[in-house]
Amino acid sequence: MTRLLAYNAIIVATAISLLGAVLLPVAIRRGRRDWLTLGYAAVYTNFVLVTVATLALVWGLVTHDFSISYVAQVGSRATPLFFTVISLWGALEGSIVFWAWVLALYGAAAVYFNRGREGHLVPYAAVTLLLVSLFFHVLLLGPANPFQPVFPVPFDGPGPNPLLQNHILMAVHPPLLYLGYVGFTVPFAFAVGAMLSGEVASDDWIRLGRRWTVASWGFLTAAIVAGMWWSYEVLGWGGYWAWDPVENASFIPWLTATAYLHSVMVQERRGMLKLWNLNLMVGTFVLTILGTFLTRSGIISSVHAFTTGTIGYYFLAFIGIVLVAALFMVAGNSDRLASEGRLDAPLSRETAFLVQNLLFTAFMFTVLIGTLFPLVAEAARGVKVSVGEPFFNKMSLPLMVALLFLMGVGPALPWRKAAGEELKGRLLPGIVLGVLFAIGVVAAGGRGAYSVLAFLFAGFALGTNLQEFVRGANARVKAHGESFVMALVRLVAANRRRYGGYTAHIGVIMVAVGIAASSTFKTEQEATLTPGQTMTVAGHTLRFKNAWGRQEKQREVIGATMEWMDGDRVRAQIEPRMNYYPTQQEPVPTPDVRSTLRGDIYLSLMAFKADGSNVTVKVIWEPLVPWIWIGGMVVCLGAIVGAWPGGRERGRAVATPAAPALAEGQP
Amino acid sequence: MTMKRSKWGALAAVGVLVMAFGWLIYGGLDSNVVYFLTPKELAAKGVEGMDKPVRLGGQVKPGSVVWDEKALDLRFTVTDGTSEIAVHSKGAPPQMFKDGQGVVIEGRYGKDSVFKSTSLMVKHSNEYKAPEKGERPSEMYKSLMKSSGS
Repeated sequence: MTRLLAYNAIIVATAISLLGAVLLPVAIRRGRRDWLTLGYAAVYTNFVLVTVATLALVWGLVTHDFSISYVAQVGSRATPLFFTVISLWGALEGSIVFWAWVLALYGAAAVYFNRGREGHLVPYAAVTLLLVSLFFHVLLLGPANPFQPVFPVPFDGPGPNPLLQNHILMAVHPPLLYLGYVGFTVPFAFAVGAMLSGEVASDDWIRLGRRWTVASWGFLTAAIVAGMWWSYEVLGWGGYWAWDPVENASFIPWLTATAYLHSVMVQERRGMLKLWNLNLMVGTFVLTILGTFLTRSGIISSVHAFTTGTIGYYFLAFIGIVLVAALFMVAGNSDRLASEGRLDAPLSRETAFLVQNLLFTAFMFTVLIGTLFPLVAEAARGVKVSVGEPFFNKMSLPLMVALLFLMGVGPALPWRKAAGEELKGRLLPGIVLGVLFAIGVVAAGGRGAYSVLAFLFAGFALGTNLQEFVRGANARVKAHGESFVMALVRLVAANRRRYGGYTAHIGVIMVAVGIAASSTFKTEQEATLTPGQTMTVAGHTLRFKNAWGRQEKQREVIGATMEWMDGDRVRAQIEPRMNYYPTQQEPVPTPDVRSTLRGDIYLSLMAFKADGSNVTVKVIWEPLVPWIWIGGMVVCLGAIVGAWPGGRERGRAVATPAAPALAEGQP
Repeated sequence: MTMKRSKWGALAAVGVLVMAFGWLIYGGLDSNVVYFLTPKELAAKGVEGMDKPVRLGGQVKPGSVVWDEKALDLRFTVTDGTSEIAVHSKGAPPQMFKDGQGVVIEGRYGKDSVFKSTSLMVKHSNEYKAPEKGERPSEMYKSLMKSSGS
């Protein structure tokens, strides 16, 4: 029953998406408003139908309806309810269902909020959204069908991948990633809408898509940070980023999206880079699909690649179609994309954005080439290779350091042309803070050129970005006689986009400091200990108390209790463990981490004697790592501030001559 | 006229940048590509395969494992049935490491004909297989399970 309901909902949704996508262009041609309304109704109906299918699948999982192929594949009666629900995205087919649902939700919302807009941009955007939806429905009816009948119906299933039910972050990372990835479909649809309706000359597609872009970017950032955190908390190697192809797959569109967020400002402000911005948006969308292809097609073996099958060809075909269509659309609009402005001076904010875009693009190509190279090598020469971490580190370190520097310079530079005297004042706090940071890292024993530079520029960027808040608030204090705190709140509220951006900058700086510190000063040591024995790593003493075993509902656990000592006092008990799942012979190592603002003590249980007489543990001192997670949250806060409804319009109102003190520094 | 000239200048600058960037990428890839090899393939490479990053896949030769748990020093031989390579590794091996187990070892093959491992992974099939009778932890580690009293 449940199975047929879900399956038929997808079939009808497929038909409706197709109908809507055909009907809307006809409605535009003939100028039929009533048909237009009907086409929009197709978008909403699609959302309702996909919702029905998604809920039905969740219902099937919860009720252990093993006659549904997906449930038989990932369900098990022993799995706790929570992990049963989130196993919706625990394997290929379910993740495509979830994807289609997020897409339908975004599509319905985007059309609903813009339905009253005159012109043909929104109808064509709706066509784009329906066509992308259609692609995912075809996947669900073909190579990724979760609703196949199973006969005879098994009594129980194997349960989800143990690695994915071992940590709570698995409930957070995938939805965030999908909200980010899929969200870019909306601004992409507006870009396509602008190209098909011939409205690219105005910046309307950028304005309509701005909040969607910032929100998606925020979700994607959160997803990447949550993925790093998951890898850190679960995989037991004490790192958070390994330049693994699937990590790269999420990072590549993030790079183009970040470039886009900055370069659109040049277009809105100076009428430049119109062609470039269109390409960046198309590129970001294509890269999200490429990322899905890499992670879901099984072409790269990893925890994300669930199965191998024909699904990869569907993705490749879709990417090909989008690229060719985009090429024709961009070419057809090329005469409308001429630049209105030009660079006035080498020292100006637009130059900073230009260089920033160049660096982000180079970064994107570096990661893209490094990720795809093994596939190309295997296809062309038949050799199995992987591109090692050293490649990515070597290539990305100079780029990251240069970007930190730009993040400090950019906000201090005015549009058009910088005046030397004023610039000095705006850069000074950053320079002071940067030098302090650099001295600090050298005093702590950091000697590598890149790590000293990273701290220098991180301090510099922190100084200039903080200075923007202080300067703006002080101007308000003077103009309106408000208290400093009040002025700060009103300043941010009135210029959300700008100060949301600076907030995100500060978050990125925290992440950069965490990464730089932990890669420079990380200390690790492994030891075999008998009960009562201690070991010391980077000044932290740990004592092995005992080893133990425990039966839990869905697994068996072997653990070691370690005591983090402060002299003779036990500061904290840390319990690294190994979780044994009934469906897998190999245990899932489960590290235990104690966080402080100065850093983490990270413990992994490596081996143990069957009688508990000794254990081998790895102890890692991870300085400043928590700042990566805190910084990630600050970046998201910035995205929330920037995407919050209402900010922009009010920001404009404040920028009128009535408040000259503020207008002077407007972006 | 000046417009045109500056346009060509910009194009040339971009061209130079792209070429420099491509050259950097090429150099980076050339020295950092890790090959997946079997002991036979690695042995066949001779000196050419030495001191380069390699991922070596094979089985642990039964009876070859020497593990010093105090010094955390591990030596064993990896084999693919035809060729054998001696491996030296620091740190505790994964819990599932045992004779005959499939392993993937990352590291470099030294001039002394010993493969220095930087990371040792146990290879497991993607299919999940339930542990056999007597292999469940509650059976294997009876005394540990009892000691916690649950």
